Formats: sequence, C-alpha cells, structure tokens
Amino acid sequence: MENILEIKNLSVSFNNEKVIDNLSFNLKEKENLVVIGPNGAGKSVLLKALLGIVPFQGEIKWKEGVKIGYVPQKFLPEKNIPLNIEEFFKFKKASDKKIKEALKRVGINDLSILKKKIGVISSGLLQRILIAWALIDGPDVLLFDEPFSGIDIEGEETIYNLLAQIEKDLNLTIVLITHDLSIVYKIADTVLCLNKKEICYGPPPEAITTESLSRLYKGGIRFHEHV
Amino acid sequence: MGGAAGYLGSLMLTKKMALVGDALGHVALPGMGLALLWGFNVSAGAFVFLLAGIFLIWLLETKTELSTETLVGVIFVFSLALGFLITPRPDLIEALVGDITKISLTDAVIAVIFSLIVFFAVKRIYQRIILVSLSEDLAVANRINIKKMNLVYLLAIAAIVALGIKVVGSLLIGALVIVPAAASRNISQNMRQYVCWSIVLGIVSCVLGILLFKLTGFPAGPLTILAGVFFFIVSLIFKK
Repeated sequence: MENILEIKNLSVSFNNEKVIDNLSFNLKEKENLVVIGPNGAGKSVLLKALLGIVPFQGEIKWKEGVKIGYVPQKFLPEKNIPLNIEEFFKFKKASDKKIKEALKRVGINDLSILKKKIGVISSGLLQRILIAWALIDGPDVLLFDEPFSGIDIEGEETIYNLLAQIEKDLNLTIVLITHDLSIVYKIADTVLCLNKKEICYGPPPEAITTESLSRLYKGGIRFHEHV
Repeated sequence: MGGAAGYLGSLMLTKKMALVGDALGHVALPGMGLALLWGFNVSAGAFVFLLAGIFLIWLLETKTELSTETLVGVIFVFSLALGFLITPRPDLIEALVGDITKISLTDAVIAVIFSLIVFFAVKRIYQRIILVSLSEDLAVANRINIKKMNLVYLLAIAAIVALGIKVVGSLLIGALVIVPAAASRNISQNMRQYVCWSIVLGIVSCVLGILLFKLTGFPAGPLTILAGVFFFIVSLIFKK
C-alpha cells in the first residue's frame, strides 16, 4: 500500500512551549490509526496540524489530491440558532440525493430531521450529522477528534458501530483520537501513544504494554489487556 | 438600506457581535463631527473614522492579548469623548440621533448603491461566516479564510453604519442593525425565514419611521427604531 500521509520531525509550539515534539510517522492508505494519550498531550493539536489549522515546524505531506473529512471535538451550536439540518448540508452545496445517502450511512432514515434546528438535537445525533457532513463530499481520509466524548454509552456504541460499518463500506483511511482504550483494539491497525512525544507506535498488541501505558499516563493508570 | 442593515444584522446576531454595530456607531462620531465642522459629507467622515477605528482594534488585537470586546469598549468611549468635543454644539443632536431632512437626492442614490454592494457582499460570505460561528476548526478545515471573511464582514458593517448614521444617528445605528434581526430570530425556524424576515422588518421599520416623521414631525431616526422595537414585541408574542 502507498503512503497517504508522511510526517517528518513535526513540532508544534504555542507561546514557546512545545505541544508536539519531533514526531515522525507514516500512514498507509486504508490504514486506521488511533491516537491515544492523556489530556493536554497534543492529540487534538496533531489533528489540527494535519488539517493545516495550526502552524507547525517539520513536514506534513499528504498524498496529492487527497480529500479529507473532519469531525471536530467542539461543535456546540447555540440552542436557538435559526439554522436547520438541511441548510447545514447545503453549505456544502450537496444535492438532496447526496444528503439522503450520507444520512443513511449514519443510520438516519427519517428525513424529517432535515427540518429540525441544529441546536436542538441530541449530542449523539449531532455527532452522526457531523459524520454525514464530513462524508458528503466523498473523502479519502476521515479525521475524528474524540467522537465518543460527551455522548452516553449507548450513543457511543452506535457511533462506534457506524464507524466500523463506514470503514467497511467505503474503505477509508481513518485517523481517530480517543481516550477510550477499548476502542483501540476494536478499530486500530496502528496505535500512536502521544504525550508531546511519541511514547509508543505500532500494531496495538505490540505497542500497548503495561510499560508503555505507564509511561504514557505517568503511572496513573493500569491496563489489563483484553484477551 | 434598511433591508441591507437587517440582512447584515441577522449575521451579526449569529456571530454574537450584536453590540459591535452599536460601538462602531460611536466610533463614527468624531468623523461626523469633523464633517459637520468643515462641511463635507457626514457618511464619508464617519466611514474614514470607522476604517481607522477598525484598523486600530485589529492592530491592538494582534499586539495585546485583550479580547476584541474589551478593545472595542476602549476605542468606543475614546471616540465618544473625542466626538463630543469635536462636534459643534448645535449639530450635536443631529449627529447623535440623525436628521433625515439633511439627506439630498444624491445622498439617497449613493446610499442605495452602497446598500446593494453591501447586500451582495454579505450574501457571498453569509454561509461561510455562519460556519465559522458554528466551529472555526471546521471552517478552516473546509478551506475558509477566516481573516479574509472577517475583513469583508467588518467593512460591510462599517459601510452600513456610515450610511445609516445619517438617518438614525450615532447613538441609534446599532439598533437599526440589531432590532430587525432579533425580532426575526424569535419567529424563525430556519435560516431562509430568518434572513427574509430580517430584511423585510429592516425595510418596513425604515419606511414606517419615515412615514411617522412626515405625520408627526418628530425625528425619523428614533421613530424608525421604535417601529423596529414594536415589531420585536409583536415577534415575542408569536415566538415559536
């Protein structure tokens, strides 16, 4: 498989403080990468650097012409913002057919949701809408920032199943950030443990050890490998 | 012009910049003062000072770490103080609440042309600004140039403030932009309704204000705003 992303000596600093320190790794097409690490470890910043939202040093090279879909962590529309879901999709100049398709992919078949205001739907539903929104222009790569945060366990299960299904159907490359270790085993081909620097990297069974985790979380967490 | 103001206002409400129009109205006051003192076009004077004010706010924003709101606050009281000193006493009321009788046909034609320009400029950036207000990260990830958007947006606000200030004056210009949008927000379920109502109420408020001025002889500016507030109260009753 060809590399879809090459990162060499990536560093990101805010106010002279290094948030990401000299990170290098490659991502192959169709590979699923899960990034784990404690709060403030630079996970979201890494995604933002990949998207070109934050300035960085080093090299980030995407494969030419690659289309990237992004589902951000923070998306909290005002409750009474007069924008309905259909209009939100129209921002992307999407046709009705495309919208319907994308909604179906995230398990929404009831199209009456299109007329609902974006600020009043539940966070789990909003998360699915955002995934559909990212899918609508047929991306090659999907970047997820904590897709399971702020959602109840049932919703988390739904989102996880959706991701697995989307991955299977569309054969995308997925980069996902999470603090939920159980996700790693379910979805990752490769895991990157990040705490400013690379702590571990590789296929989950090899990369995730009690030793690497204690270095990642500075001994604050114990992990028993699922059998 | 009322329509363009309402349209722009609908955007300002969603971006939580409701009071920026207000503040910029005050920033324009010294410019109006100078224009009245030296006898040139009030809108032109206001526009020059608005550009200077916006530039100053932008400059301070990049040099200090204070929030835009704080900086706007500082610049706005500074301009207000300066404006009071500069503006000739007899003209002060005109500068503060506007005087529609001073508007010539040429002024009106220019106002219409600029309002149309603002209208189409706002139309171009509308969706993108809304997306920025929903999530800056998502907007940038979708190749939206936030700095450029904000510049166009601020210029549009400056233009509308400069135009509207002749009719409603420096104290009330903020209301011209915000009141129709606030009323529309109460009764709208989606963006299309919201935009339509903002424009319609902006126009109707202005027309009604001018009609009431013809009937009563009170200044058109305050009457226009009162008409807008009347619609706002009605919209509260019909709130969905």
